[in-house]
Amino acid sequence: MLLGPNGAGKSTLFALITGLQKLTQGSITFDGASLSQSRTSIMAKMGVVFQQSTLDIDLSVKQNLSYFASLHGISTTSALSHIQGLLDELDLTTKLNTKIRNLNGGHRRRVELARCLIHKPSLLLLDEPTVGLDIESRHLILRVVQALAHSQNVSVLWATHLFEEVKHNNNLIVLSKGRVLAHDKCEALLAKYHQQDIEHLWQHLMQEGS
Amino acid sequence: MYWRCFVGVLTREMLKFWQQRTRLLSALVRPLLWLFVFAAGFRSSLGLSMTEPYESYILYEEYIVPGLAAMIVLFNSMQSSLSMVYDREMGSMKVLLLSPVPRPFLLGSKLIANTLVSAIQVYIFFAFALLLDVRLSALGYVYALPVIALLSLFLGSLGLLLANYIKQLENFAGVMNFVIFPLFFLSSALYPLWKMREASEWLYQICAFNPFSSGVELLRFALYEKLEHNALAVVLCLSAITFIFAVRSFRPKASKGRFS
Repeated sequence: MLLGPNGAGKSTLFALITGLQKLTQGSITFDGASLSQSRTSIMAKMGVVFQQSTLDIDLSVKQNLSYFASLHGISTTSALSHIQGLLDELDLTTKLNTKIRNLNGGHRRRVELARCLIHKPSLLLLDEPTVGLDIESRHLILRVVQALAHSQNVSVLWATHLFEEVKHNNNLIVLSKGRVLAHDKCEALLAKYHQQDIEHLWQHLMQEGS
Repeated sequence: MYWRCFVGVLTREMLKFWQQRTRLLSALVRPLLWLFVFAAGFRSSLGLSMTEPYESYILYEEYIVPGLAAMIVLFNSMQSSLSMVYDREMGSMKVLLLSPVPRPFLLGSKLIANTLVSAIQVYIFFAFALLLDVRLSALGYVYALPVIALLSLFLGSLGLLLANYIKQLENFAGVMNFVIFPLFFLSSALYPLWKMREASEWLYQICAFNPFSSGVELLRFALYEKLEHNALAVVLCLSAITFIFAVRSFRPKASKGRFS
């Protein structure tokens, strides 16, 4: 979990990890490979859901999935068969031919989640994936991602500014103004700073940081 | 993988083109108005002497057909770059940029898709020109295809380059005024350059220097089964240069201190 307020640098960090923005110092490595040298092979292992929707609203759900699959060298048939179970779970099977512009925010986000799993990534980057969603969609997305992390051993970097999304067994990074204020298991951080919950831990780190 | 990726980009562009059928209509209305109205009006007042590639005296409407075909390619290429600005604003550009395929290949695929759309429009326009009895040889129509592709590559790359520096969709109106219109009107598309020279030497020099003139002349010669070597060299060089710069402009840039 990557916890930080608006403007903390969460989206910038995502842009750097995905190579959309250039690093001015330091380096990013994934599975021992440097992003600057092995961008294409790293991108093939990474699934991303950005804060701002990246769907083409003029195309249908299926056309969006198909376009994404082709950009990863995967046929539409094998892409759909791979995520068929997920499409069912996310209530998207009956909406395959619906244009994105006719879907609500919750379903759009579900399409983005399904889409980023087409190429079987080993790392998922989710930038505030539940912001602005109804409770049902929010719980569904949380449940699906947790199941993926457990059953398919997918690593997840979930950026959020919502305290309730952080669980005590999560690995937590607290970010503020581009700086990492703390990084450890959430329960370890609570114990270390003698705080009872995430909100108090957050306030404590902010005071300490300023 | 590369083939699938190419087909994916092509399919998306064709789907978008099909969805925006008014785009085809407007792309055709513009040159057809020039051909059927403007050319008809100017036919009697604009005398044309016999110059290469023509082997006999021609009517004005025959003269402007290659220029209007090049205009279709110009407008379509700029429209394509407009769609890139739109994709960036809507966020869907990220999907393309995060593909594990190298960016030059992705941008090249997009340009080829743009070429296909341009070629469809140009050949529909040629079909309409037949109504005015502007009939060229079958081989001329065939020779025109690689020129349309090359011109599309050049103007499409120029469009991609511009798309990178246009931050908002609204700013695209400036492209119309400062790029499309000067390129088109200061070229040999609507009037031969010798005619321009009669009016003003410096205007003639600007028109002769305008690379779009080279594109128009290359297409004009190809339609008459001839090759204009100088124009070919200019368009080839500029296509390569603009493509390289367009690819470079899509490289990731450093953050300017913002965190989100």
